[in-house]
Amino acid sequence: MTNTPAIELRNITKRFGNVCANNNISLSVQKGEILSLLGENGSGKTTLMNMISGIYFPDEGEIIIGGEEVVIRSPKDAFDYKIGMIHQHFKLVDVFTAAENIVLGLNGEGKFNINQVSRNVAEISSKYGFEIDPNKKIYEMSVSEKQTVEIIKVLYRGADILILDEPTAVLTPQETEKLFAVLRRMRDDGKAIIIITHKLHEVLAISDRVTVLRKGEYIDTVKTSETDEMALTEMMVGKKVSLNIDRSEPKNTEERLLVEHIDCLSREGVKLLDDVSFTARSGEILGIAGIAGSGQRELLEAIAGLQHLEEGRIIYIDPTTKQEEDLKDKTPLQIRNMGVRLSFVPEDRLGMGLVGNMDIVDNMMLRSYTKGNSAFLQRKEPKDLAERVIKQLGVVTPGASTPVRRLSGGNVQKVLVGREIASSPTVLMAAYPVRGLDINSSYMIYNLLNEQKEKGVAVIFVGEDLDVLLELSDRILVIGGGKVTGIVDARTTTKEEIGLLMTKAKGGEANDK
Amino acid sequence: MTNNAVKHSEPLLRVSKRAEVVWWKGWIIRGISIVLALIACAFIIVLLTGQNPIEVYGALIKGSFGSSRKVWIMLQNLAMLLCVSLAVTPAFKMRFWNIGAEGQVLMGCLATSVCMIYLGDKLPIGLLIPIMLIASVLAGVIWAVIPAIFNANWKTNETLFTLMMNYVATQLVAFCIVFWENPLGSNTVGVINSSTQGGWLPVIFGQKYLLNILVVAALTVGLYIYLKYSKQGYEISVVGESVNTAKYVGINVKKVIIRTMAISGAICGVAGLLLVSGTDHTISTTTVGGMGFTAIMVSWLAKFNPALMTLTSFLIVFLDRGASEIATAFRLNESVADILTGVILFFIIGSEFFVNYKLNLRKKHNQGNLSASAKEGK
Repeated sequence: MTNTPAIELRNITKRFGNVCANNNISLSVQKGEILSLLGENGSGKTTLMNMISGIYFPDEGEIIIGGEEVVIRSPKDAFDYKIGMIHQHFKLVDVFTAAENIVLGLNGEGKFNINQVSRNVAEISSKYGFEIDPNKKIYEMSVSEKQTVEIIKVLYRGADILILDEPTAVLTPQETEKLFAVLRRMRDDGKAIIIITHKLHEVLAISDRVTVLRKGEYIDTVKTSETDEMALTEMMVGKKVSLNIDRSEPKNTEERLLVEHIDCLSREGVKLLDDVSFTARSGEILGIAGIAGSGQRELLEAIAGLQHLEEGRIIYIDPTTKQEEDLKDKTPLQIRNMGVRLSFVPEDRLGMGLVGNMDIVDNMMLRSYTKGNSAFLQRKEPKDLAERVIKQLGVVTPGASTPVRRLSGGNVQKVLVGREIASSPTVLMAAYPVRGLDINSSYMIYNLLNEQKEKGVAVIFVGEDLDVLLELSDRILVIGGGKVTGIVDARTTTKEEIGLLMTKAKGGEANDK
Repeated sequence: MTNNAVKHSEPLLRVSKRAEVVWWKGWIIRGISIVLALIACAFIIVLLTGQNPIEVYGALIKGSFGSSRKVWIMLQNLAMLLCVSLAVTPAFKMRFWNIGAEGQVLMGCLATSVCMIYLGDKLPIGLLIPIMLIASVLAGVIWAVIPAIFNANWKTNETLFTLMMNYVATQLVAFCIVFWENPLGSNTVGVINSSTQGGWLPVIFGQKYLLNILVVAALTVGLYIYLKYSKQGYEISVVGESVNTAKYVGINVKKVIIRTMAISGAICGVAGLLLVSGTDHTISTTTVGGMGFTAIMVSWLAKFNPALMTLTSFLIVFLDRGASEIATAFRLNESVADILTGVILFFIIGSEFFVNYKLNLRKKHNQGNLSASAKEGK
């Protein structure tokens, strides 16, 4: 019995329409083992795991748990087989406490004794080394605390097989270390753990074995101790790639954008930006680091004219006339009419930067359709631009009249970045421009940003991967809880320093209480 | 097995979304649905009445094409339904769920009636028609823009608001009928200016309905061009697809919402003019007769494409005319006609589900494996 895998997948296939998300994939995990499921975005990792947790149903293949073939039709079935999945997006009720969320949906007899629940939670916490207050409300929690609640939730339900979907994407380096310590303790306790990731150094740090997927195909499973980053990248991408970003020294920098003491409130009156000040210079990449939701989006939207400012000014200095313009409370149209060439690649590509159901030509037109006095649209120029972007950035598409929603993530981003760069901006803002992109597309985007920097554009880059931020940026601004917690030189700083700055604002708040 | 999980077998039916459907496949599915609808209707006819279904279908076609008079009536009904469908389309394309076309058209009818009753015999027709047009368009615009302003500024629910405006319009008309009663005590308005024909739209080429049809045809072409090739049409699409994108590129969303609803209301006003001055020459609370709601279906089935809407509104009118023909020809109750129309529409609308989704049956071999492994387990 000791050699029976905790869970085994045999020849699993899943298709969505004509797309084969998983083709004939097999893998297995032993008890007391951590398996990394490695692959680029779109390689089918999450689809595969969703079939184990009952969200999708496989078209072909078998799932074997503890030596017996099973059919998992719903998340409820998965839970009966002691499978617990921690999704990338947390599924918690904000106004409930941790303990209430943990027992939510359990069919117990009679009433729950919430104190008993809290004691059980505390027991699980001390066993694996979680730090959690069962009576704290979810909305008061940090992202890493919420994740902890999600993990305890599945453990409380007695899960023996844990699946974590990109658990470190939202964590600081310090929080990641803590999570890994917990995972190791769970492994030593005999749990089978699958962790989905595309970060190589994490694979090497935490797992015992690695299964690599590429474009829905099973590539190989190797022992972590017998592989390295280069070999894994090659398996993941299918060819050798050099993972270097050429960072040039900034030349002829001058002040382009002065952000001075800006404050911004949410609809509920919560401060989203609190006294933020910084300077963006031409010919330089200013990286912005921070835990997700610390005010990065609001900051860029404020500059782009999409957020109302309570306080402060945003001064744009024209590169030729040196004239100063205040962008505060101007609409995007007014900003453009003032002659400010500000380009913005928003985080939400299809929901904000582009219109998914429109074709590439019509999307190219978004920025320029008002040109001219005619009441009718001029589609000639956008069509030329669309064809230029498709050719120069290598967009994979059946043609310029394909709706962008049908393109893959990387190609959608190329269309968006291509359009934003086409207006030869003087300031270029990009929020998470490589999220969801494969390695090759990511490096293409980095190179485009670098090109713009060398052209003398002031580039503002909001990133989530600290390694990339350190390699690409000239300076890094760290934002925490809507405040600037530090601006550091990217060439001399360390990941740990940025990690500490990211949590600094929150730490301060906690001490105040 | 150590856990207490119940053995499950694969679900019998699973629904999965189709990838992009080739257009002709979509039309095959829709065609099949119409054939199935006719077969289902045949069953109902035979079961309920014992009539020969082929004859019944003959009557269905006769309803629209039986005589040249019937063809003209069918074309007139088609034009009116198409006109209201055109009116709701810009708003729907903007994802603004305007279900108030009924009231907007009725307000257009009311404004036209006011002009006909009070100015009909006083002004020359050349001056009266422009005045009626302005009045009816204005009435439609006001009725459409009120909910739009509230929605744009305070995010009120446009569906509820436009729906309620319908009732207000109906009550206003009911109120006016009390004043305009003719003959007294009949509680109807009767034919307005029946002797002088003051304010009646002129009959051209000897065909009563030809002017209506031409006006609607021009509107169809105009709206098609407006939505597809004009900058404003482009703005409507962007706002409809994503308000965030619209804001991001600097489109004034409030302005677009109000402007688009004004266009919807204006076309509704024209429909009102055509109904009262061009067709009925009278007004009642049921002048619009539910077209404001049927139009929503016409517009949706045509995916908001004005050219396709001529087809979908033809389909609805054809069914409607055919069904009442069946009812009279076979001396059946009107309800039979309604049942048949209902069945056919059910299949047509249902076919959209199969265009977008497909059903997967449980696979036999899989089940076999499962029982085999279960035996081994024992």
